[in-house]
Amino acid sequence: MSTSQHTGDAVVAAAKSAKHRDQQTRPGQFITYAVLALLTLVFIGPLLFILMNSFKGRFFISDAPFALPLGDYFVGLTNYTSGLARTNFFNAMGWSFVITVGAVAVIVFFTAMTAYYITRVKAWWTNALYLIFVFSMVVPFQAVMFPTVKIADMLGLSNPLGMIVLYLGFGAGLSVFIFSGFVKSIPLQIEEAATIDGCSPLQTYFYIVFPMLKPVAITVAILNTMWVWNDYLLPYLVIGLSTPYKTIPVAIQMMAGSYGDNDMGAMMAMLVLAIIPIVIFYLSSQKYIIEGVAAGAVKG
Amino acid sequence: MIKSLRRLALVFTGPTIIAFAIAFAVPFLVGLYLSFCEFTTVTNATWVGFDNYVRAFSPRERFLSSLGFTALVTAIAVLTVNLFAFTVAYLLTRKLRGTNFFRTVFFMPNLIGGIVLGYTWQTIINAVLVQYQTTLISDAKYGFIGLVLLLNWQMIGYMMIIYIAGLQNVPGELIEAAAIDGADKWQTLRHVTIPMVMPSITICLFLTLSSSFKLFDANLALTNGAPMRQTEMVALNIVNTFFTRVGVEGVGQAKAMVFFLLVSGLAFLQLRATRRQEVEQ
Repeated sequence: MSTSQHTGDAVVAAAKSAKHRDQQTRPGQFITYAVLALLTLVFIGPLLFILMNSFKGRFFISDAPFALPLGDYFVGLTNYTSGLARTNFFNAMGWSFVITVGAVAVIVFFTAMTAYYITRVKAWWTNALYLIFVFSMVVPFQAVMFPTVKIADMLGLSNPLGMIVLYLGFGAGLSVFIFSGFVKSIPLQIEEAATIDGCSPLQTYFYIVFPMLKPVAITVAILNTMWVWNDYLLPYLVIGLSTPYKTIPVAIQMMAGSYGDNDMGAMMAMLVLAIIPIVIFYLSSQKYIIEGVAAGAVKG
Repeated sequence: MIKSLRRLALVFTGPTIIAFAIAFAVPFLVGLYLSFCEFTTVTNATWVGFDNYVRAFSPRERFLSSLGFTALVTAIAVLTVNLFAFTVAYLLTRKLRGTNFFRTVFFMPNLIGGIVLGYTWQTIINAVLVQYQTTLISDAKYGFIGLVLLLNWQMIGYMMIIYIAGLQNVPGELIEAAAIDGADKWQTLRHVTIPMVMPSITICLFLTLSSSFKLFDANLALTNGAPMRQTEMVALNIVNTFFTRVGVEGVGQAKAMVFFLLVSGLAFLQLRATRRQEVEQ
């Protein structure tokens, strides 16, 4: 009896001292903060470096890359104006925006319906379809790249609207997979109740099921936004360089790839402009992005 | 209810299936067929059997050497990214103030696309190398270091998020029990924490593995293979075969199919690793 009492006391004491130790190791905590502060610098540094150099004269960027844009080095917005003139950047930003928003809306809308159908209706072909969608997630883009581009060309899909169709096709695998996982967890009784109350299947889906899919829809939307917005190869190969529909990555690559007069200053300015929308998007919906990406990773 | 839903197959699945067929299913089958053909567009193919596959592995295609380079970059990147990401996650789950701020900052690079990322790092690395009168593309080792740095900067934040989720699921009682049994911090980490977060470690290992192995955009922007195609990774090698040369489309398609087999092999390994863990738990 008394032994167990003692053991109990010892446990409490040990737990207390463990807690005590965790909170009280000031030097340890200081080192942790120092390491984290250093890492913050490593993670923000490259962005600050680009921002800083975007305000410097084009030749100082290679001569004095780490100098602050002050005095002779400072050229105001010259780099921005010349970069914008060369790339027609705002046009590219507009098309990036149209294609991303269009593709993501279409992907969320149609793949959610598809996932719902193939999860609820059991048939040989819905099973097969599910497996083919999962399979498509594994196949690298290069394996289908050449035929896809040629077929898209034959079908007249070499334009922003066609890009949205192609993105629906490429995004279907992961999106259907994520939606299906969630639909499985919705109890069938809810839909049956809706049917008894006189809902048609379409009404049941749009009034009852789709609203319940909202959290997964956010995950799917975020994963696809990050992919489509940053995608380079598909728009480059399908739409090409000689059309007005260039997206941001295509415009940046074209600017850097143009030999001869390589204007570093303009390049820095365009990199800054390319990063700004991403930072705004990230800071405005940071919580959803981090959760969505983590959820997508565990599933994918 | 299911019965009346059943009739609406076309409404629910039609648009997705059509787009999927155009973008993926038909091109995949056509691509598989074309890898055994000589062609310049998809309509003028003539059957050549395994010729393309044999040619793909000849030294002048640089396919095998690009695979070797990719494997090296991937191996180092997987190790370093996971080591750093786990360490950062471990630091951030120790109930410090300001954790959210650090998490937000470290994750941000993950949203920046490969092209922008590649040119950003190209500028930074050249800015450092210019002090030593050299450039990023003068030696393959700089390109290699650049790719590893870039992958670390991009993926640490992402993996950190997954590790944090894993670490937060380790029951506090287990850690306390270990402390009572006299385990020091290092022993607790090795024998309690790490075994408990094994599922997260598996996910992160495979995520870093497949994204490093398939890297394309950043490779194109950072070095574009320079010098002399020595820093060309597999994906870039395949794209270059198609679009910078003429008359070797079949070889490119054969390379693409080999690439597909390698990537699906990795995915299969992952599936088995996760299954085994589920059984063990």
